Amino acid sequence: MSHKTKLSKLRRITAMSRKEARQMMRDPSSIALGIILPLLLILLFGYGLSLDAHHVPVAVVMEDHSPVAQSVFGAFAGSRYFQPQAVNSMVQANKLLTAGTVDGIVRLRHDFSRNLRAGHANIQFTTNSIDANRARLIENYASGVVSAWLAQRELTHGQHYYQPVTIQQYIWFNRSLDSRYFLIPGLLVLIMTLIGALMTALVVAREWERGTFESLFATPVQPGEIVISKIIPYFCLGMLGLAVAVTAARMLFHVPMRGSWPVLILVSALYLLVALGMGLLISTRTKNQFIASQAALLLTFLPAMMLSGFIFDIRSMPPAIQAITFVLPARYFVALLQTLFLAGDIWSVILPNAAVLVLMAIIFLGLTWRLTIKRLV
Amino acid sequence: MDSAAPASELIIHCRELHKSFPNGRGGTTVALAGVSLEVRRGLIVALVGPDGAGKTTLIRLIMGLLPTDSGDIAVLGNNIVQHPFAVESDVSYMPQKFGLYEDLTVQENLDLYADLHGVSALDRQERYPELFAMTNLGRFTRRLAGRLSGGMKQKLGLACALVQSPQLLILDEPTVGVDPVSRRELWAILLNLVKTRSLTLLISTPYLEEAEFCNQAMVMYQGTILTEGSPQNVADYARGRTFRIAAPPDIKPRQLVAKLLSSPLVADAVPEGGNVRLVLKADAPGIAEITAAVNGFVIEPHLADGFMVLLRQAVAKTQTEAVTATVGGVSGRSKVESGGIPAVQASSTSGEGILRPSTVATMHSDNTVVQVHDLVRKFGEFVAVNHVNFEIRKGEIFGLLGPNGAGKSTTFRMLCGLLPLTSGTLRVAGYDLRHARASARQAVGYVAQKFSLYSQLSVQENLAFFASAYGLRGGRRKQRMQWAIAEFDLANLLSKITGGIPDGYKRRLAMACALLHEPAILFLDEPTSGVDPLARREFWQRITAMADQGVTVVVTTHFMEEAEYCDRMVIMMNGRVLAGGTPTQIRKLSANPEKHDGTIEDAFIQVVLEEQKAALKASAVA
Amino acid sequence: MNVLFRILALIRKELMAIFKDPRSRFVVLGPPILQMIVFGYAGTFDLNHVPYVLVDQSHSSDAARFISRMNGSGIFTCVAAVGNIQRARPILDARQTLLILQIPQHFQRDLSTGRQTQIQVIADGRNSNTAALAIGYLNEILNQFNANVMATHSTGTPPPAKLRIRSWFNPDLLSRWQIVPAMIGLITMLAVMILTAMTVAREREQGTFDQLLVAPFTPLEIMAGKVIPPIVVGLGQSAVIFLIVRYWFQVPYFGTPLAIILTFVIFIIAAAGLGLLVSSISSTMQQALLGTFVLVMPCALLSGLATPVSNMPRVVQDITMINPLRYDVQAAREAFLQGANIHQLLPELIPMAIIAIVSLLTASWLFRRIQ
Repeated sequence: MSHKTKLSKLRRITAMSRKEARQMMRDPSSIALGIILPLLLILLFGYGLSLDAHHVPVAVVMEDHSPVAQSVFGAFAGSRYFQPQAVNSMVQANKLLTAGTVDGIVRLRHDFSRNLRAGHANIQFTTNSIDANRARLIENYASGVVSAWLAQRELTHGQHYYQPVTIQQYIWFNRSLDSRYFLIPGLLVLIMTLIGALMTALVVAREWERGTFESLFATPVQPGEIVISKIIPYFCLGMLGLAVAVTAARMLFHVPMRGSWPVLILVSALYLLVALGMGLLISTRTKNQFIASQAALLLTFLPAMMLSGFIFDIRSMPPAIQAITFVLPARYFVALLQTLFLAGDIWSVILPNAAVLVLMAIIFLGLTWRLTIKRLV
Repeated sequence: MDSAAPASELIIHCRELHKSFPNGRGGTTVALAGVSLEVRRGLIVALVGPDGAGKTTLIRLIMGLLPTDSGDIAVLGNNIVQHPFAVESDVSYMPQKFGLYEDLTVQENLDLYADLHGVSALDRQERYPELFAMTNLGRFTRRLAGRLSGGMKQKLGLACALVQSPQLLILDEPTVGVDPVSRRELWAILLNLVKTRSLTLLISTPYLEEAEFCNQAMVMYQGTILTEGSPQNVADYARGRTFRIAAPPDIKPRQLVAKLLSSPLVADAVPEGGNVRLVLKADAPGIAEITAAVNGFVIEPHLADGFMVLLRQAVAKTQTEAVTATVGGVSGRSKVESGGIPAVQASSTSGEGILRPSTVATMHSDNTVVQVHDLVRKFGEFVAVNHVNFEIRKGEIFGLLGPNGAGKSTTFRMLCGLLPLTSGTLRVAGYDLRHARASARQAVGYVAQKFSLYSQLSVQENLAFFASAYGLRGGRRKQRMQWAIAEFDLANLLSKITGGIPDGYKRRLAMACALLHEPAILFLDEPTSGVDPLARREFWQRITAMADQGVTVVVTTHFMEEAEYCDRMVIMMNGRVLAGGTPTQIRKLSANPEKHDGTIEDAFIQVVLEEQKAALKASAVA
Repeated sequence: MNVLFRILALIRKELMAIFKDPRSRFVVLGPPILQMIVFGYAGTFDLNHVPYVLVDQSHSSDAARFISRMNGSGIFTCVAAVGNIQRARPILDARQTLLILQIPQHFQRDLSTGRQTQIQVIADGRNSNTAALAIGYLNEILNQFNANVMATHSTGTPPPAKLRIRSWFNPDLLSRWQIVPAMIGLITMLAVMILTAMTVAREREQGTFDQLLVAPFTPLEIMAGKVIPPIVVGLGQSAVIFLIVRYWFQVPYFGTPLAIILTFVIFIIAAAGLGLLVSSISSTMQQALLGTFVLVMPCALLSGLATPVSNMPRVVQDITMINPLRYDVQAAREAFLQGANIHQLLPELIPMAIIAIVSLLTASWLFRRIQ
């Protein structure tokens, strides 16, 4: 290729990308999808959504009024997980639990202190488990409170309670078990999918619908140049989205960043290319904005949300569903993000996952490249 | 190929082109059936023909945008079938709808195409002022292309195509949807271009009169070239058989036209200048006597006359070839061709005409059905309709004429109650339809530009729905549906899904749906745009019959010649009524009212030019 | 009477348009069922395959008993056994295991001598929810193991008090029971809103909307004609999905039949109202689709479907008050698991009804203004 043709190639790509960027900035739907929705998601996930319960309202039915029973109440009141309220009767507590006013009932029967002295007291804890996940967490918290109360009692009474085996637990990477720390990195997947796949799904289809491809095809522009110039502006927007989301994660929500920045940027760029490839492929195949947006939602966004391991653990899914997740690029990006943010540069995670993304980028972009021909068929 | 002189070098040479498309139902639609074509350097060549004739497909094949099924194409000596993009730096192309990015400005569009064509900065300095001078777009460089009027978009599209200096310029229907003034301006630019740069021009157009500007016309119909030659050659097909005859005093020209078109001897008849322009067929039994009878009125034929003769021949041929043709295309003899005006007679003798007197009872006195006074409609700052006044009387065919963007559609939508007014008053059958009780709308029938049918439902279901929508029940419902099926020849299609039937039948079905409830006023929005000449004549025949029954018809159109069918009309431009009155009155406004065939279009252009002059003067004074 | 006749004509036409076209027929039934099944399986917090790496330094029969208890639980799977933590670490780093379990050298000796011993557990906190749940399961197994040890060895004083946990309405704490009933709402909401928003936008695109406005329909009749068919379709979808939830996913239903029917009816009316709102401000089908999506997203996230509403900050909880899906999720769970009747569901039904009325009124107002 001579120097001159290279130059004009470059000039065409620049001109086309500039055109694409201008169109992007002037289109209200791209602003809604590319800016407003990501910001909304960041704020929602950062401030709104959490799997961790705090100040869970529990009713404490004190049928035993002894000081020792009071100390149990005190243990619950002292925990940041619970907000106990004393209730007179079990009937009333049941009512509160059914109505959802409280999420649990602590019941100390009238023989509590007598049984305690005899060494076989029960603290009855009832949860409303229509939200099972929350109920399980609350029950774990309650176990913790009771263990702490017992430990305190050991100290004050100078006794030693024998439990044959105890667990000494270490949670690596997220010691305080803050669910935000894994939800926010996962959010990057949604934002990149939104910008990469959903927005670009519309851009090629739009040119078909508006008939602008026809006059474009009559110019010396090459199919590859069209693909590249569609990628460039959306790639920039996607990386901007990444910057905003990462800044929010670090500054507002204090998510730790244990990996190295270059790796994060590199794998994000990689995923963005995959998402762009999917969006452009959908758009090139459908040639119709309406079908393209529907396909992009069903094929990219919803799976990225439900099946990527972002919220729901893939290991718990049945094998058939797990098999589906293997063809989802989002799955690999979630693994990369959670590792990079919380664990660090662990190459045994980064290399295989990144390799799959490279492969997918090649497949999607390559297919788009092949399918973009200067023909109106 | 003959050894031509260098001056007549072949620029485009197509041989035996065939192209079919899958039609979505497993079969194929033939778009081109063996087209051969030669275009020589320095000529203007027009592809003329109705919608669906194959003009666009032919152009796309020449541009290498579609693969051919068979045949050869050479452009500037390059084989396009094998190397589709060999000539893109020597050929410029403007597709339909101009191929502009509406969300980019004028300058940005121009820059984009300059960059893509690799036009150097130096060349741009020279080319841009030239293009701006040519197109008058210099003042609008920062306006978004989407905000330009149709005429300006067209010129911008042309400027983008001319940003390089091509040897061959190909324009696909550049004048569709553009006002007559802009159309004339475009032609002036094109003629000048061909003269000054040694440019070859291939242009497609559905407007037959435009072909008269060209050196060579290719008349296309259903994928074949019916004839080619100079415009004169095409017109010659009607030579000696084109007449101008006056209507008897008690009969309107359009009524005479309707009668004439029912005769098997007539190739074409259109109202023109208060008379009727008649073209007789060449070979029909008894043609000689008729020809002799009107011989004194013979006039010079136009290309359009020759075209109609060719078209009728072609239709007759396809009909005899395809006796068992399925529904679609122009198959089956339309009832109106079988002599007389049987459809209308049949319905009027069925006891109930199209018009029921009771529905007209609420009308104003002195027969005024529609009253528009000082009507204004703004969209933000933009005044779409600017103090418009007119009245429509009962039983009239009333035309709202003007180019796209003139404000006629806005006015029309306000009349139908689809759009609130900004100020002014408006009465239709005594109501403002926007605020009237729903029952007031019973008096109105409405056919939108885009058929407005439920494409997923069958023909029968569409009819049934609209019958219910207008509260038709029991015996009357049955009777009206039968009437519609018979009148519009829909019996064979009843169970077909509407989305899949040919456009011509969709149009009929839309009319049928609007007429089910026997409205006193019928509103038709651009009913003839994108319709082939035969179907247009059939349409006007039907409308004439309805007006004869006392139905008031309000119709918008951007075909100026269709104004001849109207009793009265207003011509709109830029939101204002420029002129109003009967066709005769309007024609008198033309620059040369003495000229016998001064057309409505001439008058329109004259009015617009005067208007622009006045505006210029006013701004100069201020 | 005439009004009824005309509305019926509209509804008939609308339903025909949906069900005649095989593609739209599929769109109405295919994706919701598919989503329900795929996401029903995917949407679970329950762990059933927790991989762990065993660092057994005890090699004793007691350790073996503990390990067999773990493996027999059906939850934990040992993916590797290594000699020390150092060797286990890369396995956890590479996400091939969730836990590392170290049984100390003196495990058996401690147990037999009545000394307290400790198992060390290291969990991968990259998904903290999973980690916390896995440790919770492990604790349960350990409690059983401890009880067993105490019964056989009977040395030392056991803790004088025990926490006895009872989980009402979902004794096995199956998160599928919590998520799947709630998903009926999300899936029908998406379908009903898209359907409502689309039918208006489609008529706008095809130009038939003008035809309706010109015909003797009042705006209210048109609205009714546009809203009722998606409601009917939505109810059908809900019924089908309900059956999937009940009989495919085997989630028990304890409520009165009327409770769930009324919940769905009111919720679907509210969803149709929102769909109409979207449609009144969008002119193309694509805008309608994206508008629906932009609205459904936050509704889904703030519904309590995946993360409980009560975990949200006060302000966000207040915002969820205008989210119909929030009430539907709550009501569905109560009806399914808690066996709620209509009376008990009033706190959910009333706000949902208000949202339905407000959205329909606003939509009808916008409808008249914008057309």
